[in-house]
Amino acid sequence: MSGENFLFNVFALLTCGGAIAVVVSQTVVRMAFWLVISLGSTAALFFLANADFVGAAQLLIYVGGTLVLLVFGVMLTASGPYMKIGTSAGETVVAGLVGLLFLFVVLSSVSGVKWREPVVVSAENVATGAVGNTLRPLGLSFLGARPDLSVSEPDQDLVDDFHSITKRGLRPDLSVSEPDQDRRTGYLLPFEIVSIHLLVVLIGASYLARAKRRAEPVDQAA
Amino acid sequence: MMFAAQSIAQFLGSLGGWEYVIAAVIHAVLLVHVFALSPFAFIWLERKVSGRIQDRLGPTRVGGLFGWLQSLADGIKLVQKEDLCPSAADSMLFRSAPYVVCVASFAAFMVLPFSHGWVAVAADCGLFIILAILSLEVFGIIMAGYSSGSKWSLFGGMREAAQMVSYEIPLAICALVPVVAAGSLNLGEIGGMQRGWFGYWFIFHDPFTFIAFFVYFVVATASCKRAPFDLAEAESELVGGFHTEYSGMRWSYFFMGEYASMFAVCGIASILFLGGWNTGIGPLDDALYAARNAGADGTGSAALGYLANVLGAFVFVSKASFGVFVQVWLRWTLPRLRIDQVMTTCLKYLLPISCFLFLGAIFWPLVMVTAVGQTTWTSNPLGHLVAEEVRANQIQRAAGSVGASGSAAIEKEAVR
Repeated sequence: MSGENFLFNVFALLTCGGAIAVVVSQTVVRMAFWLVISLGSTAALFFLANADFVGAAQLLIYVGGTLVLLVFGVMLTASGPYMKIGTSAGETVVAGLVGLLFLFVVLSSVSGVKWREPVVVSAENVATGAVGNTLRPLGLSFLGARPDLSVSEPDQDLVDDFHSITKRGLRPDLSVSEPDQDRRTGYLLPFEIVSIHLLVVLIGASYLARAKRRAEPVDQAA
Repeated sequence: MMFAAQSIAQFLGSLGGWEYVIAAVIHAVLLVHVFALSPFAFIWLERKVSGRIQDRLGPTRVGGLFGWLQSLADGIKLVQKEDLCPSAADSMLFRSAPYVVCVASFAAFMVLPFSHGWVAVAADCGLFIILAILSLEVFGIIMAGYSSGSKWSLFGGMREAAQMVSYEIPLAICALVPVVAAGSLNLGEIGGMQRGWFGYWFIFHDPFTFIAFFVYFVVATASCKRAPFDLAEAESELVGGFHTEYSGMRWSYFFMGEYASMFAVCGIASILFLGGWNTGIGPLDDALYAARNAGADGTGSAALGYLANVLGAFVFVSKASFGVFVQVWLRWTLPRLRIDQVMTTCLKYLLPISCFLFLGAIFWPLVMVTAVGQTTWTSNPLGHLVAEEVRANQIQRAAGSVGASGSAAIEKEAVR
C-alpha cells in the first residue's frame, strides 16, 4: 500500500467514523466536535487529491464558519448546562428509512461509474493537468473570461480592441473567439445570485430574531 | 545542508518509497520545533517587556543572564501539575479542546514559507489555506469555554466566538489588499515579488496597502485574542475566561497555541506587506536571489545558495518577531476594551475601512494608468510585468503579426 493510499484510508475512516459519531452522540456540542473531525478529514481528502482550494474552502466555510456559528447559537440559547437532543422511536425509524434510501442512491451512482477504465487523455485534460495551476483560470472564469476554452483564433475585432486598450495599459479578455460567445459569461452571474440569496437569508434571519417591542399606544388623547 | 537539494526527497534519492516518509518526518520535526520554540522565546519576551514597561526587571534568576531559561522552568512546573477535570465538565470535550487549538495553530506553519522555497507545503493558494487553518483555532476555544461547566468559561467562550466571527471578515479582506497588488495567492510568489529596494514592499505599493497593513495588524492582534482585545480571558472580570478550569499542560497548550498563532499572523503580515525574506536593500537582495538560483540549478555553489536561504529565513523570522514584540508592547500599554467596544470597533469601523481599502486597491491601478501610464508608481512587480507585455505587443504589432501576438500573450498568461 502506497503512502497516499494509506493516508486516504486513514482520512476516509476518520470521515466516516466522525459522521457515525455525529449520529450516535446525543449532546449538540459533541455532535459539532465530531462534525469537525468528519469535515476536517474531508478537507484532508481534498488536499490529498491536490484540490487545495476546495479543501481550504471546506475548512474555512464549514469548520471555521458554520460550526462556530452552530456552537455559538447553542451557547446563546441553551437553558440547561449541556443541551441534549433525544430522538423518539418513530423519528429513529423515519430517519433510518431516509438514510437507507439515500445510501441506496449513493451506492447505485458509485457502482454506475467504471472505476477501472483508464482516464481518457484529451488535449483539454493535458492543458489543465500539465500546468497544475488551476487557481488563476478558476478566478478568471468567475469574472467571465474562459482561458481554458478556445485560445486558437482570437476574434479580429477583439484583437483590435485589445491593441487600442493596451496602449493605455489595460488588459481585456480576448481569450474567447466568436463561436464561444454563448459560454462567455463564466460563473459570475450564478455566483452573484448565490451571494444575494445569502444576503436575503441574513436579513430575514435578523428580522425574525430582532427584539420585538410592543407597539406604543400613540397619542391616546387625540 | 539538506535544503541545498531541491527537496529532501530528492536529496535522499530513491529508497523504495521511504524517502518521502523520511522527508515528511524531517519536515514535521522542523516545524514542531518552530512551533515549540517560538512560544518558549515569546513567553520570555513577554515577561521581560512587561517587566520593563512596569518599571521592573522581569525574570533574572533562571539560566543566568536575563533569566532566559525562565520559560523552561515554567514548562517543567506545568508538566508536574495534576491534570484536573471538573466534575461539571463534559470530560471528552474538555480534554480534547486544547489539542484542537494546538493542532490548528501548528498546522498553519505548514504553508508558511520561511525563505525562498523553504516551505513544507508549497500551495498555489497558500494564503487562503493559512487563513482557513487559523480560523479553526477559535473552535477549540469555544469548546473549552462550553465544556468546562463554569459560567466564567461560558462567558469567555461566547465572547471569543462573537469576536472571532466578526474579526475574521476584515482580516480576510485586509489580506486581500496586497493580493490585489500581487495577483497571486501563493505566499512564496508574493514574497518573491518584493525583491529589491524596500520601496517594492507591498506596504509601499499604494496608499491603500499602506493603511491596510495597520488595519491588518490591529485585526490580527484581535484574532489572536491579545490585549486590548483579550475579552475571552479578561482575568479582572472572568477569572481566566475560557481557561478558568484548566491547569497544567492542558492550560499551557492554549498559550503555546496563542503565541504560535501570534507568530503565524505576524509572519503572514511580513510576507504580504513587509517583503518577507527580502532584506529591502536592492543590490543585496539581487545578489542573494542570484546565489539561491545558482545554488538551486547547480551552476553555482549549493552551500552559498543555502547560506542565502538561511539569511532569508533569519530576515523573515526577525520581521515576524518584531511584529510579535509590537503585539506584546501593545498589550502592556493599552487598557482592555469592553465587549461592546470590541464589536463596535470591528463592525462599525474596521469592516467598512477594510472594504474601502479593498475597493481602493482595485481602482488604484486604473487611476494610475490614466494618470501616469503605468499601474504602479514603482516599476516592480505588477507594473513592470504589464509594461513589458505592452511593449512586447507594440513591437509585435509593428512587425505585423497581430493574431499570433494575441494568442501568444494569452498562452503566456494561461501558463503563468
